[in-house]
Amino acid sequence: MKRSNTFFVCLLVLLTGFIASLVDVAIENGQVLPQAAESAELVSRLGLTDLALFTEARYTRHPSQADIHSAFQDHPVALEHFPTGSLLQPSNGSLP
Amino acid sequence: MITILRKQRYFIDYTLGTMMRHKGKSLGLLSVYTMIIFMLASVMLFSHAMRSEAVALLADSPEIIVQRIQAGRSVMVPAEYLQRIGKLRGVTEKRGRLWGYYYDPAVKANYTVMVSEQDNLSINDIVIGAGIARTRGLSVGDYLTLRSHEGKAFSFRVVRLLESESELISSDLLLISSVGYRRLFGIDESYYTDLVLSVRNPREIQKIAEKLTRLLPDSRPILRAEILRTYESLFSWRQGVMLILLLGSVLAFVIFAWDKASGLSAEERKEIGILKAVGWETGEVMRMKFWEGVIISLMAFLIGYLAAYLHVFYTSAGLFEPVLKGWSVLYPSFQLTPSVDGLQLATLFFFTVLPYTLATIVPVWRASITDPDLVMR
Repeated sequence: MKRSNTFFVCLLVLLTGFIASLVDVAIENGQVLPQAAESAELVSRLGLTDLALFTEARYTRHPSQADIHSAFQDHPVALEHFPTGSLLQPSNGSLP
Repeated sequence: MITILRKQRYFIDYTLGTMMRHKGKSLGLLSVYTMIIFMLASVMLFSHAMRSEAVALLADSPEIIVQRIQAGRSVMVPAEYLQRIGKLRGVTEKRGRLWGYYYDPAVKANYTVMVSEQDNLSINDIVIGAGIARTRGLSVGDYLTLRSHEGKAFSFRVVRLLESESELISSDLLLISSVGYRRLFGIDESYYTDLVLSVRNPREIQKIAEKLTRLLPDSRPILRAEILRTYESLFSWRQGVMLILLLGSVLAFVIFAWDKASGLSAEERKEIGILKAVGWETGEVMRMKFWEGVIISLMAFLIGYLAAYLHVFYTSAGLFEPVLKGWSVLYPSFQLTPSVDGLQLATLFFFTVLPYTLATIVPVWRASITDPDLVMR
């Protein structure tokens, strides 16, 4: 087999994978997943406001509910010290 | 047309042959290049999917939440604020919410304790999220002991577990009755954590928020649009230790690739000289090098992107978990819905494939316009 043929076969396989990923996105977006329905019901029933992604501090657990000082509240001149603070942007309302 | 295609194929054949002669170098470059694209694409896919997921999940969150701010901190809201708000036009429902946090020293985790009226829980009943159940090893019928504000131990019976499908929003939730909540935290009947207002017409929300700040000057209304905006900018590209670390490796790669692509070795110069001497034209030498750049960068892009796609959507972004987890004990286990932003994907393509391909051509052009005899010396 010529080298270029091997290359084209590899390229074809990769392109098929690439297109398959886009098709996967289109299919998943068109479906209402049970997890989404379950979560939406809970959000509307309990009035939830945030994702339970960063549970280490209250301003990272509920970034949308946190006030501007919460990350630096421990004592005067306290610095924000939770690791998530470096990943998470402060809530939109508290930005200048 | 067929002749042109056939000619390009010969170029590819020749280029692949050259690359195979320097197998170690070519494979090394391809794997480093693929790794960089994998990392960049993983961050890109993960942050986009997380944003989409959050915005979709929180679409039904309360229209307006009213907090009370005292000396720059959120404090409990007196129940009489509900009367002070009175009847605002457009507000269909207003109620007080009771929620807070409980630090469990046994597992060093924070629970989000929330009152659920709809669950009709008795004073000793609780409903817990899948994360708490997993961490504490609890199931229905088990007891969880929490220490009250007075230091007394309260035992609560787990009557239900929240479905693990909703773990992304409920992993650390602990639902409790209002009497149980007030007794646990020592909060009397005249206070709520915050107030929730339902508004029928979304266009009136801003106006109602303005009225609220006039009626209750010490209050801070949080609108649903603000919650969604917070999550739209959740993982900003400007933020993040992960991205700063990644930036270092990207820069290292740029230097490596630039050095490899733009600085021709003596051997490569000699090769170009020989090709010119046996009759290759400048354009043909450049096309050969162009194919080298395309083969490396296109393969790296496709392999890197596909690996990132599988990593983020089919292995729950396992490599990012330690970074995202931080000190969170109750990290939820969740599967993201596949979603790709076409613009981001195109940007990644243009910023990775094009610069490398172009960087390979320029020095070759410089070498190939020089006299072959001079180049070979």
